[in-house]
Amino acid sequence: MEEVRLMKGNEALALAAIRYGCDGYFGYPITPQSEVLETLEQQMPWETTGMVVLQAESEVAAINMVYAGAACGKCVFTSSSSPGISLMQEGISYIAASELPALIINVMRGGPGLGTIHPSQADYFQATKGGGHGDYHLITLAPSSVQEMCDFVALGWDLAFKYRTPAIILADGIVGQMMEKVVLPPQRPRRTDEEVKKQCPWAATGKSNGKKHIVTSLELDSEKMEVNNERFQRTYREIEKYEKRYEAIDTEDCDYLIVAFGTVARICQKTVEMANEHGAKIGIIRPITLWPFPYEAIAEAAKHTKGILVVELNAGQMIEDVRLAVSDKNMPIKHYGRLGGIVPTPDEILDALTNELIND
Amino acid sequence: MDINDIIKPENLVYTKPRLMNDNHMHYCPGCSHGVVHKLIAEVIDELGMEEKSVGVSPVGCSVFAYNYIDIDWIEAAHGRAPAVATAVKRLMPDKLVFTYQGDGDLAAIGTCETIQAANRGENIAIIFINNAIYGMTGGQMAPTTLIGMKTATTPYGRRVDLNGYPFKVSDTMALLEGTCYVTRQSVHTPAAVRKAKAAIKKAFQNSMAGKGTSMVEIVSSCNSGWKMSPVDANKWMSEHMFSQYPLGDIKDI
Repeated sequence: MEEVRLMKGNEALALAAIRYGCDGYFGYPITPQSEVLETLEQQMPWETTGMVVLQAESEVAAINMVYAGAACGKCVFTSSSSPGISLMQEGISYIAASELPALIINVMRGGPGLGTIHPSQADYFQATKGGGHGDYHLITLAPSSVQEMCDFVALGWDLAFKYRTPAIILADGIVGQMMEKVVLPPQRPRRTDEEVKKQCPWAATGKSNGKKHIVTSLELDSEKMEVNNERFQRTYREIEKYEKRYEAIDTEDCDYLIVAFGTVARICQKTVEMANEHGAKIGIIRPITLWPFPYEAIAEAAKHTKGILVVELNAGQMIEDVRLAVSDKNMPIKHYGRLGGIVPTPDEILDALTNELIND
Repeated sequence: MDINDIIKPENLVYTKPRLMNDNHMHYCPGCSHGVVHKLIAEVIDELGMEEKSVGVSPVGCSVFAYNYIDIDWIEAAHGRAPAVATAVKRLMPDKLVFTYQGDGDLAAIGTCETIQAANRGENIAIIFINNAIYGMTGGQMAPTTLIGMKTATTPYGRRVDLNGYPFKVSDTMALLEGTCYVTRQSVHTPAAVRKAKAAIKKAFQNSMAGKGTSMVEIVSSCNSGWKMSPVDANKWMSEHMFSQYPLGDIKDI
């Protein structure tokens, strides 16, 4: 049954996965997300639901274990943070190319390189524009609360299985580490072998009735490979058509618009309250799916605004999609970002809004 | 005597394994892969595991193993087959899970996954084709290439000072507590083929019995990569490869 608890976002990810009826987790420790593996090991779900939990020898091995589990039709996931997610990119590309459902979680830290263990949103490009080699997309979900960390586990798997494509939860380090109240969903049973075969008739679970299953992304005949590529693209167009998600706050009659995702969008809500006290009407669009990106919602909200401020924990990544969304090329679209793991305060963002747009 | 008097079950000395299909093989004539494929197909059939087997194919010449043996297959990224097999076996413990890997896949790019899976004692079988060269990419040096051996990337012969030593993978694997059976075989004569088949069967039975990781190394010929005729390649293998990679069981517990 449902349960209300106080916990970290990383812990919520782990418990939500067990309660979803997950079959397996494969991961490697890295700050700031190690609580996912630690919580799973503490919970010992292999004793209750039969879920497999394995600390792999590397992120490279972990993502290939996820590839394998997904190839068997199992409900599997991994989690890591930025440098580890970079190591996983080849495997993620294979999962996408083999049309497999899987969930990947990136609790982002600052980069590039070894960077910092402090929060960041600098992997926006990597998550939304492909990341690995070849033409593919990941369904990219950006949680802004511990509750969404919990809820997006289920949403990610639902979408991954619906479209047979990997999904990623792109969380900043803040939402991984902070504690909030969360309503955990009731425990669902893991699917039986028969249910897996029915839901995933393509899965390599052993031949059935003489039918052989092969999971591969290899096709040396270019004519056939182009057909495969076109099939992937059709799936992506379907996802773009039906799965865009965003939160719009006071966008109907705002003078200025803030676009921000993840925890930053919540900081911006405080900024808006402060701005309202000064008589400025500010709306917020918080993209929830970073891919597919809610271009239309931003275009609509931008129609009656005088300017847009994009606030990110990076040097300007999502702002490129915001610019693509807005057809009025005279519209001022400014960026405010903090780097190196620094999180901006609400008044700092208000200053940026005032200086860059309102008083400009 | 009429031909139909001769075609009788009691006179049958050879038949194509039931689980080998009629797909046209891409392997070069003289290559060891075809023989090893045949042995795996025979063993799976004899163990009654047709519907309970998941093979993991590598990147390299045997990337298309799934086209020839009629069981379920997952194609792994280069070197990652033991990680793939680990997850398949853990998630479906009742299945026979094995990898089929060449020397580049297993002993170069995949060394970490190979050693770590074996050290965890995963209940999988690893079939390791060691022909001391990269076949698919056109004859480059492998970790197992012999000293002095000419390849596309050691055109004047492998040198210790430049390229290090031939990697005795099986000896390393035998040191790990997670392995129960490590053997080195070949398929260059009918007698060797029979021994190799028995080794593959034992490895598969071990993994189903939960004894840990088994590895069957098959010292193989690559006559195209070695630029020899099939007969000369087998002769060269016997004369040069077996001294570096002696045949026989290294560990059997």
